[in-house]
Amino acid sequence: MSTSHGPAAPDPLDFLAVDSSLSAEERAVRDTVREFGRRELLPHVAEWFAAGTIPDPHGLARKFGQLGLLGMHLDGYGCPGAGAVAYGLACRELEAVDSGLRSFVSVQGSLAMTAIHRYGSEEQKQQWLPRMAAGEAIGCFGLTEPDSGSDPGAMRTRARRVGADWVLTGTKMWITNGSVADVAVVWAGTEEGIRGFLVPAGTPGFTATVIERKLSLRASITAALSLDEVRLPDSARLPLAAGLRAPLSCLTEARYGIVWGAAGAARACYEAALEYATSREQFGQPIAAFQLTQRKLAEMVVDVNQASLTALHLGRLKEAGACHHYQVSFGKLANVAAAQRVAAKARSVHGANGITLDYPVLRHLLNLETVATYEGTEEIHTLSLGQAVTGISAFR
Amino acid sequence: MNIVVLVKQVPDTETERKLDPADSTVDRAASDGVINELDEYAIEEALRLKEKHGGEVTILTVGPEQATDSIRKALSMGADKAVHVCDDALAGSDALQTAYAIAQTLGTLEYDLVILGSESTDARTGVVGAALAEYLGLPQLTLANKVDVDGTSVKIQRQTDDGYQVVEATLPAVISVVEKINEPRYPSFKLIMAAKKKPVTKLSIAEAGIDADKVGLANATTQVVDFAPAPPRTAGTVVKDEGNGGVLIADFLASKKFV
Ligand SMILES: Cc1cc2nc3c(=O)[nH]c(=O)nc-3n(C[C@H](O)[C@H](O)[C@H](O)COP(=O)(O)OP(=O)(O)OC[C@H]3O[C@@H](n4cnc5c(N)ncnc54)[C@H](O)[C@@H]3O)c2cc1C
Ligand SMILES: Cc1cc2nc3c(=O)[nH]c(=O)nc-3n(C[C@H](O)[C@H](O)[C@H](O)COP(=O)(O)OP(=O)(O)OC[C@H]3O[C@@H](n4cnc5c(N)ncnc54)[C@H](O)[C@@H]3O)c2cc1C
Repeated sequence: MSTSHGPAAPDPLDFLAVDSSLSAEERAVRDTVREFGRRELLPHVAEWFAAGTIPDPHGLARKFGQLGLLGMHLDGYGCPGAGAVAYGLACRELEAVDSGLRSFVSVQGSLAMTAIHRYGSEEQKQQWLPRMAAGEAIGCFGLTEPDSGSDPGAMRTRARRVGADWVLTGTKMWITNGSVADVAVVWAGTEEGIRGFLVPAGTPGFTATVIERKLSLRASITAALSLDEVRLPDSARLPLAAGLRAPLSCLTEARYGIVWGAAGAARACYEAALEYATSREQFGQPIAAFQLTQRKLAEMVVDVNQASLTALHLGRLKEAGACHHYQVSFGKLANVAAAQRVAAKARSVHGANGITLDYPVLRHLLNLETVATYEGTEEIHTLSLGQAVTGISAFR
Repeated sequence: MNIVVLVKQVPDTETERKLDPADSTVDRAASDGVINELDEYAIEEALRLKEKHGGEVTILTVGPEQATDSIRKALSMGADKAVHVCDDALAGSDALQTAYAIAQTLGTLEYDLVILGSESTDARTGVVGAALAEYLGLPQLTLANKVDVDGTSVKIQRQTDDGYQVVEATLPAVISVVEKINEPRYPSFKLIMAAKKKPVTKLSIAEAGIDADKVGLANATTQVVDFAPAPPRTAGTVVKDEGNGGVLIADFLASKKFV
């Protein structure tokens, strides 16, 4: 590079060269998921969104499994043992396609598999993790209930001892992949506090009902779980999970993926808007030539790059074992809000086309309503940050 | 069975590709390097043969430093090791010289089968496989859309315009593949992590037994005399349908020799 030219002009699609510090393996992971998404997912996702489902969830799970996307950051039991940044990049590239697809991977790997990996017995790990990593078995994570969302400690699902067994009764709500899962990780109150149970599909008394008429995260299956006197042996209990901290620690893992995923959704919207703005002409010029459009694009590129930087920084902290859950809250709050701003602007740049499924922007914007709600709402993470900086809890 | 797969790094066909006006060679800085698409099919076929018959898959790349990325991808798909012939003296080599360089390098390796893509997306000469077989004095089985190995012989279906031919040869042999042959796998993350630890042997031309006087731009057997960018796309012709639209479209297709 000759000095007279100075540094190269920034790449509009990676303005701050956030990816320049990635290792060769991390780039390989990024490129693989990006290409997989472009070839195998993007051509179908609008159809799935329109249909409000994923038509072949087990087939999709196997494809994810073959790549190594399921339980990607876990060690052993058939999991690839990738670093936090590599895992984040996979989430980013998946969510650039659709938040529902990233949710699939998050729920399987960061919620269900992490719960078993961290809190399960050796037998439970052997029984479930290799099949879940390969996508042969789908898992779901049942924490939320009709009357307990932000406040999971108020859950009503109960597990009571009957002889050597447990009997579970209650309802779980908004459970991603609930109706297609081979195993549900179900959290329930006991006399000793909250405990986790592995409930295989088909256990008598356990049913799942698909939640229809969602207007967000439509390329994802959501269900209500009903547990009516479901009898399980003690070997179905996650032996190391004691108290609400256990499910909350899994949520921190999944949220970390959302931090990256939101950056991916934002980037996809920005890219679409940039392309649309430079090709769409009104008043005899590309709409990109108007100052008002340029303001939108400039604000988008700032949001996208700040979100990516936040994700990468948290990833490096996490790899160093130094990422506190408050910092993950920061990332979730900041990046989801950034993605929502970008998606809304990208939608407007597309004019009437922007309200259709022919363009990705409104699909992302609608999905982000869910992403802003699950794994802790915007308000809950705001309160977390408030507590982190003041030392005062304002939750109740 | 030991298989060597020839892998070339080419400019990404999804980006704008350029030639360097100074020496008419590919401007590698202008676009990202990726594995030549057909070579991915060659890798896939080699991996499938290995899965069936055992043995090792070695990637052989002749190319600049940056080609390491493509080698790593090939290893991430499941190849066992790689040989990278990397030497400034090779810059600007044409297809025949490349075939010579590959043949010389193969002389340092043990193999039963050499598999390559039938052409590269950049130069599209499609002659490397044939030239290589000539240099090595080995049978060439080109344009394979199916490969079967049986003990000491190999049989392929050779794709032609109106069907296929069945061609058989004894091992070792050189096979070039077309994209109909299989569906290349994605690198798995486990293999991506493992790729770092797989051996990549870097060879200078001297180490590969390549004569410096026979390679490089100055000794090339072919020369790029001139080149020009493709003309910009012109506006399409609008056919107004006044009852005879079908006829006009048929005339247009006939004028372009599509029908
Ligand atoms: C598509 C989808 C998939 C989901 N998948 C899963 C899953 O797989 N597993 C699972 O367990 N759950 C899942 N959820 C549930 C999700 O985690 C909950 O929706 C979320 O925790 C919020 O709970 P809630 O919907 O009951 O809202 P509520 O908790 O009732 O909150 C309603 C509103 O009140 C606000 N609020 C609540 N408390 C406070 C407070 N103290 N101060 C200020 N404001 C407050 C909230 O921020 C929100 O704005 C999913 C949800 C969706 C939409
Ligand atoms: C559901 C629906 C129903 C409709 N019904 C009707 C109907 O019944 N009849 C009818 O005639 N139309 C109808 N419309 C069309 C509607 O009026 C147009 O979509 C609207 O005028 C915007 O035009 P556009 O979609 O072509 O966007 P564009 O004009 O291409 O605008 C794209 C973006 O560029 C911006 N932009 C354009 N020019 C400038 C500028 N100079 N400076 C800054 N920014 C600029 C716009 O604000 C927008 O953000 C309907 C649209 C929808 C979505």
